[in-house]
Amino acid sequence: MEAIILQILNGLDKGSAYALIALGLTLIFGTLGVVNFAHGALFMIGAFCAVVMQRLLGLSYEQVDPTKTDFLGNPLKVQVPYVESWFGPEIGGAIVDWSVPLAIVLAIPVMVILGFVMERGLIKHFYKRPHADQILVTFGLAIVLQEVIKYFFGANPIQSGAPAALSGSFDFGAMLGFDPNVVIYPFWRLVYFLFSLVIIAGVFAFLQFTTFGMVVRAGMADRETVGLLGIDIDRRFTIMFGLAAAVAGLAGVMYTPILAPNYHMGMDFLVLSFVVVVVGGMGSLPGAVAAGFLLGILQSFASMNEVKSIIPGIDQVIIYLVAIVILLTRPRGLMGRKGVMED
Amino acid sequence: MTNSNLTRRGVLKTGAVTGAGLALPTIFTSRASAFTNEPTGSTVTFGFNVPQTGPYAEEGLDELRAQELAVEHLNGMGDGGMLQTFSSKTLDGTGILGKKVQFVTGDTQTKSDAARAAAKSMIEKDGVVMINGGSSSGVAVAVQGLCQEAGIIFMAGLTHSNDTTGKDRKKNGFRHFFNAYMSGAALAPVLEKAYGTDRRAYHLTADYTWGYTQQESIQASTEALGWQTVNNVLTPVGAGDFSSYITPVLQSGADVLILNHYGGDMVNSLTQAVQFGLRDKQVNGKQFEIVVPLYSELMAEGAGDNIKGVYGSMNWNWQLQDPGTKAFVKSFGERYGRPPSNSAHTCYVQTLLYADAVARAGSFNPCAVAEALEGFEFDGMGNGPTTYRAEDHQCFKDVLVMKGAENPTTKFDVLEVVEVTPRAQVEYAPDHPMFGGAEASLGECNDGA
Amino acid sequence: MFGLNAKDTRFLLIVVFLTLATPILLQPFPESSSLAQFNAGYPDLMQKFAIFGIFAIGFNILFGLTGYLSFGHAAFLGVGSYTVVWMYKLLSYNILPGLVLSIIISALFALVIGFISLRRSGIYFSILTLAFAQMSYNLAYSVLTPITNGETGLQVYTNDPQVLMGANSPTSPHLFGLVMRESVQVDMGGWLFTFNIGYYFCAIIAILAFYISLRIFRSPFGMMLRAIKTNQTRMNYTGLNSRPYTLAAFVISGMYAGLAGGLLAAMDPLAGAERMQWTASGEVVLMTILGGAGTLMGPVLGAGFIKYCENIFSKINDGILHSWFAFLPDGIENFLVTLVHPFVGKGWHLTLGILFMLVVIFLPGGLVEGFQRISRLFRSKRVKDGPRRKDPEHHPKSAPHVAE
Repeated sequence: MEAIILQILNGLDKGSAYALIALGLTLIFGTLGVVNFAHGALFMIGAFCAVVMQRLLGLSYEQVDPTKTDFLGNPLKVQVPYVESWFGPEIGGAIVDWSVPLAIVLAIPVMVILGFVMERGLIKHFYKRPHADQILVTFGLAIVLQEVIKYFFGANPIQSGAPAALSGSFDFGAMLGFDPNVVIYPFWRLVYFLFSLVIIAGVFAFLQFTTFGMVVRAGMADRETVGLLGIDIDRRFTIMFGLAAAVAGLAGVMYTPILAPNYHMGMDFLVLSFVVVVVGGMGSLPGAVAAGFLLGILQSFASMNEVKSIIPGIDQVIIYLVAIVILLTRPRGLMGRKGVMED
Repeated sequence: MTNSNLTRRGVLKTGAVTGAGLALPTIFTSRASAFTNEPTGSTVTFGFNVPQTGPYAEEGLDELRAQELAVEHLNGMGDGGMLQTFSSKTLDGTGILGKKVQFVTGDTQTKSDAARAAAKSMIEKDGVVMINGGSSSGVAVAVQGLCQEAGIIFMAGLTHSNDTTGKDRKKNGFRHFFNAYMSGAALAPVLEKAYGTDRRAYHLTADYTWGYTQQESIQASTEALGWQTVNNVLTPVGAGDFSSYITPVLQSGADVLILNHYGGDMVNSLTQAVQFGLRDKQVNGKQFEIVVPLYSELMAEGAGDNIKGVYGSMNWNWQLQDPGTKAFVKSFGERYGRPPSNSAHTCYVQTLLYADAVARAGSFNPCAVAEALEGFEFDGMGNGPTTYRAEDHQCFKDVLVMKGAENPTTKFDVLEVVEVTPRAQVEYAPDHPMFGGAEASLGECNDGA
Repeated sequence: MFGLNAKDTRFLLIVVFLTLATPILLQPFPESSSLAQFNAGYPDLMQKFAIFGIFAIGFNILFGLTGYLSFGHAAFLGVGSYTVVWMYKLLSYNILPGLVLSIIISALFALVIGFISLRRSGIYFSILTLAFAQMSYNLAYSVLTPITNGETGLQVYTNDPQVLMGANSPTSPHLFGLVMRESVQVDMGGWLFTFNIGYYFCAIIAILAFYISLRIFRSPFGMMLRAIKTNQTRMNYTGLNSRPYTLAAFVISGMYAGLAGGLLAAMDPLAGAERMQWTASGEVVLMTILGGAGTLMGPVLGAGFIKYCENIFSKINDGILHSWFAFLPDGIENFLVTLVHPFVGKGWHLTLGILFMLVVIFLPGGLVEGFQRISRLFRSKRVKDGPRRKDPEHHPKSAPHVAE
């Protein structure tokens, strides 16, 4: 029982990341009809926003400490962060400690601007081109983005931890009446899950309850008609691209304490997020979210020893297996609409 | 910056310029020379095949730095590094057998196919006599096989699987790096001292060949101490999120978690295990502990604070105090502004060892070189007295047991040396069952003729 | 000739000539010049050109003609390779049984995967094929290690049965004694040409593969496939069941991929699991689009382009850069080296990414379109206002895909 609760939590956590990436991808598919292979790279850039924030807060000057020596025997140069010298070690240290949540402030403008530039500068010219061309150009862009990151940050994973207050784990089970120390879960993972729910709710509310969202939904359903009504749908689509990029970026920022970011993490998530989107059904936002959580939970259960001992290797193929079964039983995924991306 | 022309085929470089006017077609097959890529000009070319893209790119870069340094030292530039402390004195800084050393580089991408393609291009296009490098066992075994077929020498870089000098051992291939069995054998006494003989271990193992041999080795050595093995769970390579594999550990009744992971997987699984509070737990009345059998300082950097107090093993570390290590660290540190990693060290040493073997054999013929390396005893390369065993081409030397430092002063000393396990403790018979048993054989030497 | 009209015959003959002269054409710079770095005329790369050319030609029969975008063709490549290595292990190093079997097994594999995947179209089809290929890769890398030797890659051991191995049989892949690895080198006053047996074997098969694909393109069957691409619904309304045709195209392209995989193992007796990874499937998609999907020559050009970048640019290190610019004053030399440095060696991916973007932005029809534009430029100079010849390779008009 405890094991199952834990795996559900694990699944929800994995699912949060899948759902957020798939949500952004579907926004782009649904509104612009573009197959965006650079979406994983946007997630990666978001994660590196956290790294940049950490570096920015950690900007420091050198102070020579004659009592210690470095590896060549010279006096050691100690790095003292500016924030610590400005605010004193305590508050300064706390600011550095909270760099990951603070990075959200950096990530939103960066990602939105990146999204605008991508859409206006590149994607715009590919609306009328075949999907194959879109794949090629966005894949090329993804490679360029990740190589740029590699050039500046290297290929190794870079640790950027959760704030000390949230890095421990939480005795979840004791609250529900289990024995203490059995069902425990890291705070940060719970934070991530709640964060993703907030973002998902925010995106849905935005599309559902604002005039802007209404127009965009109308545009998703029938772009030409909306255009004929004299509405400048293009400008709105640009904003949607920025929004999708921001969602991917935020998913990346908050994921860094769970997964140390490296330059190719985007490619690792790319294939998976496409599977999630397609399982959810092309063009369906609720479908993408539902499929994200569903695949996350199924993957967690498939990783259980009891399951693995019956079917070895099932944890490595479960996602693909589920995708095949769903696509064969439900032609357009869970909630896909007819005619989207079927040609 | 030095402007030495570091590429192209020395053979033609000199031969062709003079003969360009004659323009008479001369037909020769590979059989015309005495052995593959026999250097006939005034230079000899080495191939450095390291991961330059993909997850191990940083390690590959460090290997490349060390290899470049080794070539400089062989050619008499720089301060000579370990050539000053090396017990064999045949190398004098004038190249090898009077030929200047050049090198070409390639990208393995940490994929067997790409590594072989890069190696083939070095052999076929650039005419290399030796290939060195790599950062994974799959690549090492694949390239070693290729060098055997082509008739040149392979000096393995970072490869830790038992198979490289076990069931996949080759007459033309040599490994200086230590292996999974040695890691297990070196760690066991330290683990016994630190954690006692009554422990229950839970293994998470990367689901590929290196993971299997690492797990098998460490399980055998810990069980010899009296530890029990609760479970061994295989995890997909590059899984990223290991939470579903970590949560069952707490309910299993285990009190030690052994992470048979390397690189990015190690960083993530260790970080996440710590996040799940494993190290704060008391199980069976004992403090819960985590062990990482194979450490790499570049990756330890990525794991940050989570590595504190975690035991693991290494082939070599820059913090050792012997003259060879000091000379190398000085030379490398002054050039690149950072201490060398243990993968850089093994590639540097391998390059020098090859050059020395050629000089002692008096020939670049791979069979002569292999003979000179077999059973070769040397010292002054940072690992104490070392032997290249003739039966399986594995180096035998002391192994370092490391621990995550509690108070690192810089990002370079996040690991500290706990113990130097003497060589006698990590030795095994060449026909050990983990190394292919009696069936494993080096085969015949191939010089390509 | 060969059942082709005059134009196609000429086209085929040009291809045959180019293929056979590759060892000379790819070696344009003398060995002693510093541009020799860009020579690609060594056996391994030439073999790769031919093999990935076959792979891309086969992929193009499916994607170029029917428009079905498979993201799982690498699975067939891997199956072909494993089959050939297993034949080495069981029988002998003769490549013929393995190659024949690799085509048969990959055809069976393609039949099963195609039969299931073709129940869906568009992106749903792509994801189904991707799912099958990724499952094959993940299993081959881990659980199936006893069959595939996992990460290390399947290879031949001395204690393998090799029942047909005679005492004098070659110990590397050969065709009835013709050893693939062997080559003849000709040194012509600074130029070095390598004529490799393995390459010519691949080249002959590649020419055959090209010829078959040419015949398919010109056949009623090919016409039918194109009709499916143009409008499948209309095809169905005419009472025609299009599924058998697409399935046939899928199986044929799967056989091409299996053959290519088999040839990889025939040139180099090792089969690695990465051959089945999604990146490998993606690579053939990129090759085809980059060269020009739906054209006959395009995929081959794309394959050559990508393999060239991978093998040549990744080998340029700082030392080589310095030797290139050595004639300049030190300051300028260092500046140029820093400028070029991020794009070569460990940065070759960056170059590839930028080239992808440039080609697809400026040449929507791929590299083939680039060549056509150039030749049109020359032609229009010669014959002013002459009637422009129609695209000889049935270059498809890119149908606009508007978001629905």
